[in-house]
Amino acid sequence: MTQVQTEVVTNRLDDYSTLLGSEEIAELRALAERVKGRSIQMVNSTSVGGGVAEILNRVVPLMEELNLSVKWDVITGGEDFFAITKAFHNSLHGEPYGLSDQSFATFLAYTEQNRARLQFDADFTVIHDPQPAALVDSGPGRKGHWIWRCHIDLSHPNRRVWDFLAPFVNRYDAAIFSSPSFARQLPIPQYLFYPSIDPLSEKNRELEPEVVAETLARFQIDSRRPILTQISRFDRLKDPVGVIRAYQLVKRYFDCQLVLAGGGAADDPEGEIVLAEVREAAGKDPDVHILDLPPWSALEINALQRGSTVIIQKSLREGFGLTVTEGLWKKKPVVASAVGGIPTQVIHKRTGLLAHSVEGTAYQIRFLLSNPAIAQKLGEQGREHVRENFLIVSNVRRYLTLFLHFEQKA
Amino acid sequence: MRASEPFQFETASYLIRIGNHTACNLAEMQKGLEECSDGSIFYHTFQSLGRHHFLTEGFSNDFAQWALSACNRPVLAEQLASLDIRDYVSLAELRSDLRRVVSDYCVANPDQATQTAFETFFFCETVEEEVALPLQAWTLEEFRDCISHLPHASLQFHFITSRLRLQLGTNDFSYWLAKDLGQKELARRLDQIDVYTNTLDSARTQIVELVERELHR
Repeated sequence: MTQVQTEVVTNRLDDYSTLLGSEEIAELRALAERVKGRSIQMVNSTSVGGGVAEILNRVVPLMEELNLSVKWDVITGGEDFFAITKAFHNSLHGEPYGLSDQSFATFLAYTEQNRARLQFDADFTVIHDPQPAALVDSGPGRKGHWIWRCHIDLSHPNRRVWDFLAPFVNRYDAAIFSSPSFARQLPIPQYLFYPSIDPLSEKNRELEPEVVAETLARFQIDSRRPILTQISRFDRLKDPVGVIRAYQLVKRYFDCQLVLAGGGAADDPEGEIVLAEVREAAGKDPDVHILDLPPWSALEINALQRGSTVIIQKSLREGFGLTVTEGLWKKKPVVASAVGGIPTQVIHKRTGLLAHSVEGTAYQIRFLLSNPAIAQKLGEQGREHVRENFLIVSNVRRYLTLFLHFEQKA
Repeated sequence: MRASEPFQFETASYLIRIGNHTACNLAEMQKGLEECSDGSIFYHTFQSLGRHHFLTEGFSNDFAQWALSACNRPVLAEQLASLDIRDYVSLAELRSDLRRVVSDYCVANPDQATQTAFETFFFCETVEEEVALPLQAWTLEEFRDCISHLPHASLQFHFITSRLRLQLGTNDFSYWLAKDLGQKELARRLDQIDVYTNTLDSARTQIVELVERELHR
């Protein structure tokens, strides 16, 4: 078991005042005062990489600043353990589960190893995702409240894997999901916590116009013509080829450019194949910019989003879709598919436009390019929607409220 | 002029609890409205008004928005949206009217009642935790200053959701202004501010303007 020291984050709670208002931060402090000194234990399966680690790296220091005692532990395991948990992950998303029954025993053996190394003595223990889910203590001396934070879509799980995990999940005091549609019928209370972005992170902080201009120039993108951008891995479920087809329909009316920027192709065999398909679909069009970016490209992604005229997220399936959140936060008009958590963010005609096909995506983009005032208003309202619901400070607030709620009930 | 009792500002922090009811068509919506908790009625009407406080177009009532966007039933959507939360002092009354509107529509349009909606409606409910803020007002000047710097959640708590708590057809601010400061006309004008066509910020601006006008009278 590894205890995680959070990354050195220089942002303090008061730094968010300029974005949220000092009164909102003061209100958060008043709320935190009610649960001051309580101990919190966060447990997940990795300290680096992935959205959960990214969120915890920000949430933990902010909670500490609010006088909570927070410990973040990461479970350990061999390659066989993580092969099993990866198979769990995929099958909970509905894929078939191809491993033997022995895999369940192996999973539980690693869980016991981790349990032996860990001390569960916090007032609130928050277990993230299925990998450490079986750690839940069900003994008579169980201390504190146990909460399972599920970051994945459990609406259509593989029955075999869910039947194995459900008895553990049912032992928790509560479960948290990112969307009502991701939840299941459980005998324990289920709460809705939206995923969040950090507005002060490299990927989302304000940038000087020169940085945006320099980035566009570096990628040979013409800042004088409309720029349509989709940021995502080269993954078929993100439908990059569909985005190119939509762009080609828009191109008949507008002299625009398309930016498809993402990563993951280098270490993902399927990613390489999809990237090749994307390049083939783009042909020799000099206005289609396919950017295979390394993982440390947060600043470039920020600049590309800020330099764009319209942000697209034409996913066929999606978790929550934080790239949509990022686009909305930057006041960009967004055209996105009505899948996964996207409709929670893109309220049609109010904070963006939803589409259901290549043709629909193209039409909505044309509509925005023809009506820049409407595009601007959608962008501004989108930012307010994010400010209200999908920022890291809101995430901290929800945790505090949940802790307070448990104490009130007790 | 000093009030007989100070206005103690509070705020509310909300958890969203995912309910066990869903609706895939209007008939299921009608059933859901019968069976869901009061917290769910609150969440999809009073609370949704606060959640979308920065928007003035579209429907703030989740049931109306779903009838429009997922069922493509604009007439029903308008009927649901026309139920003004200011008219209700209990969630039971509001539930009853919501249920009646959907039921009447299904009776009048039986072929539409079981048509599958484009999106499922998930009934959620609000869990509210009240927290006192270190803000008090004894005078109209102090009241104005506090309102100017009040968090959105607190503004919503006192100006919108308080109607249910008070059960008097008014809001916390107007109640205090009339009862403890003797400002009945100002209280009435504050209560006239339209919470549907204003954002919370523009409602705040109007409250401050009305108070300032009174101070300069």
